[in-house]
Amino acid sequence: MTTRRVAISRRDFLIGTAAAGAGLSLGLYLPFGPRTALAAAGTPEVNAWVVIEPDDTVIIRIARSEMGQGTLTGLAQLVAEELECDWTKVKTVYPTPGQSLARNRVWGSFSTGGSRGIRGSHQYVREGGALARVLLVEAAAEAWGVPIEECTAADSVIMHRPTGRTTRYGEVAAAAAQLVPPLQVELKDPQDWRLAGKPLKRLDTAEKLTGQQVFGADVQLPGMLNAAIKACPVFGGALAAFDADAVRELPGVRSVVRVGEDAVAVVADTWWQAKTALDKLPVTWDEGPNVGVSSASIAQWLADGLTADDAFVGNQSGDAKAALQGAAKTVEAVYAYPYQNHATMEPMNATARWTAERCEVWCPTQNGEAALQTAAEAAGLPAAQCEVYKIHLGGGFGRRGAFHDFVRQAVAIARQMPGTPVKLLWTREEDMLHGAYHPTTQARLVGGLDDTGELVGLRMRISGQSILASVRPAALKNGADMLVFQGLLPSGDHAISYSIPNLLIDHAMRNPPVPPGFWRGVNVNQNAIYMECFIDELAHAAGRDPLAFRRGLMSDHPRSLAVLNAVAEKVGWGTPAADGVHRGLAVCNAFASYVAACAEVSVDDRGRLKIHRIVAATDPGYAVNPQQIEAQVEGSFVFGLSALLYGECTVRGGRVEQENFDTYPSMLIGEMPKVETIVMPSGGFWGGVGEPTIAVAAPAVLNAIFAATGKRVRRFPLKNNDLRAA
Amino acid sequence: MATLNVNGEPFSIDVDGATPLLWVLREQLGLTGTKYSCGIGLCGACTVHIDGRAARSCVVPVSSLGTAQKVVTIEGLSPDGSHPLQRAWTELDVPQCGYCQPGMIMAAAALLETNPNPSDADIDAGLTNICRCGTFNRVRRGIHLAVQQKRSRGTS
Repeated sequence: MTTRRVAISRRDFLIGTAAAGAGLSLGLYLPFGPRTALAAAGTPEVNAWVVIEPDDTVIIRIARSEMGQGTLTGLAQLVAEELECDWTKVKTVYPTPGQSLARNRVWGSFSTGGSRGIRGSHQYVREGGALARVLLVEAAAEAWGVPIEECTAADSVIMHRPTGRTTRYGEVAAAAAQLVPPLQVELKDPQDWRLAGKPLKRLDTAEKLTGQQVFGADVQLPGMLNAAIKACPVFGGALAAFDADAVRELPGVRSVVRVGEDAVAVVADTWWQAKTALDKLPVTWDEGPNVGVSSASIAQWLADGLTADDAFVGNQSGDAKAALQGAAKTVEAVYAYPYQNHATMEPMNATARWTAERCEVWCPTQNGEAALQTAAEAAGLPAAQCEVYKIHLGGGFGRRGAFHDFVRQAVAIARQMPGTPVKLLWTREEDMLHGAYHPTTQARLVGGLDDTGELVGLRMRISGQSILASVRPAALKNGADMLVFQGLLPSGDHAISYSIPNLLIDHAMRNPPVPPGFWRGVNVNQNAIYMECFIDELAHAAGRDPLAFRRGLMSDHPRSLAVLNAVAEKVGWGTPAADGVHRGLAVCNAFASYVAACAEVSVDDRGRLKIHRIVAATDPGYAVNPQQIEAQVEGSFVFGLSALLYGECTVRGGRVEQENFDTYPSMLIGEMPKVETIVMPSGGFWGGVGEPTIAVAAPAVLNAIFAATGKRVRRFPLKNNDLRAA
Repeated sequence: MATLNVNGEPFSIDVDGATPLLWVLREQLGLTGTKYSCGIGLCGACTVHIDGRAARSCVVPVSSLGTAQKVVTIEGLSPDGSHPLQRAWTELDVPQCGYCQPGMIMAAAALLETNPNPSDADIDAGLTNICRCGTFNRVRRGIHLAVQQKRSRGTS
């Protein structure tokens, strides 16, 4: 065997392809997971959603991003269902944001967050598939000279019923592409679905098992350099100075550049060289006005808000104050929820190439259009002269949707090296220090019971951080952030699960200088803990069974009641659990779905928690791929319980203290309970599935811990609490 | 200069000996299936096999290796994605985002090498890779399924 010498530190190749043809944009050649771009010349599309090759390959275009949640497959199922195509021939492709811009946003929103991937686009993607089918059938009918009504389509084959004559989609696609689509099309009744609603395998698995799947961090371009970056670790601080000469001669180093107001990057042949040099770079920060901010100072400010006069009302009925004054018994509790980091497995990254005429960015993003906008701003070019190629995400969880700081930085670096592609990859430490953190809030709850144990009034004051005030101030309503009340609102996608006669839920906004963001589950994460644990507290104060107490408040919430009843029945609520095992319930409406969970836990005499089993039910209205919903439900417990057990970013000196998984642990397989998932779509609405279950994960476990120990944990994460029985 | 044996092929690489194996695999050899996530040997995304044992390549300097040590990455686990774990993973649709899965599969494969029929407790103790999407229960089922299928093929 001969030894291969690899003498150069950068290899000029494109992952998985040698096809670097002349004259066309590079991005068109990169065979990333869902292919990033449409063929420049080739088979004409039947419509914006569907291209059918002469060999019957069906290419379905997907605008939303795949980041593990299965949307790519689910959306393809919906298109294919209406298209009546052969599922084994289906491939998917991402249209680019630039193509969308040029075509008047024909693919609608690219935003992939809020569990919106399917529930926000099911109508138009199904119409896209149905319209393409109509055109294909019409093309066949025209070719045969028969009435279109006499033709049917199934599995990519069109049949003329009276004669039994058939043709394939691939044979008529070119003709179909020339036809004018009808203005309206009828969609199937979901009861007649054959592909949608079925537990089909994901389309994106094979490459993830062999290392072939290209993630943003894996992008390679000819002549590409690599960048490592450090931004001022103190929020609101700036870069004061750096001594580039100290590292300029280190191996591989090409450049040391300022990036915006607050960061410095080293660009080198390899990322490891860049990172090594950056570690040695003398940097001086201007730490700015927030060095005195700490977790303690933030907690005190929020605690003051619990009794402050100023507050925005989120849900109000009856007269809570009077009801509480007249109650036979009142219960009061204060809860607090910490900052958390998304901690996607793949740290933030983006690859950019800038010239005075054009800027291209390759990046994992939950919102390609937002990435394009950021790229254009950073490039100083019109969006029409920029392009974003969406690369597979190594986790999103909300970090890569509303925030494209990594794109802004990558473009800012590339702009200082015109024509050279530069890949910026954050270290884990950078990722932990510059998150868009799950906001921190506290809640004070007071509940009133009459002398029969009925709930007569409830008061909830939330104090703390608004995501919208920081991220989308235009979305505030007269200063109020209604998103703060997710899971507690009078109606809508995030309605409260109970009818409480006298209710007041309001929010004292307190916005510390720690940047908040949308974190998978967003505000239902803490709101469901506040509400579901406190309802449990009230049930115990009333001497009532927690299930019966909840049911008494849910007669006007039949779907919530149905999921709660389903978990209670399956777990065997009311029958004894195994020796030493205790149960806790939670229910929530989130992202237009109805979810409930029952956890079975034990706590030993040393206070060690074991979560044995969780039964979870989801009513998402329509279940497009039940086995992927099960995967999302199971995953939601990992995300929600990691947060409950360990998730906490503390602040000291105006910066986050946790810099890696050693101080910011995530749940491991040994801590994972058995999960039994009930998918119970009741039809008539479209709910999300990626996030809702996270809301019930923590409160179900917390209520079970109370059942086991008599202890109410009200400050998180659990690692900071002694769980030995009270 | 470092010398390595990766996926059965010897390499001679012009690189600082302190460079972690992970970055040589990714940047010099173009084997990007092995992932960077924590850089401190904790999360397992960078797991490869060194002489059949699972190793976290982000904390292994290439200078500690030579051609005598056989490094296997996810790209070399099987020639065509047919390792029993890869087949089981396919059957159960295990990956979500997929970023941790090469490391997860390599860790599980090393576990099966030393323990061909691991119990749940063995899996709990032997698999310490982080997955933020939350594929753990399918990972567990996948390991059991791979064992089962290997056995039924072995006896048929």
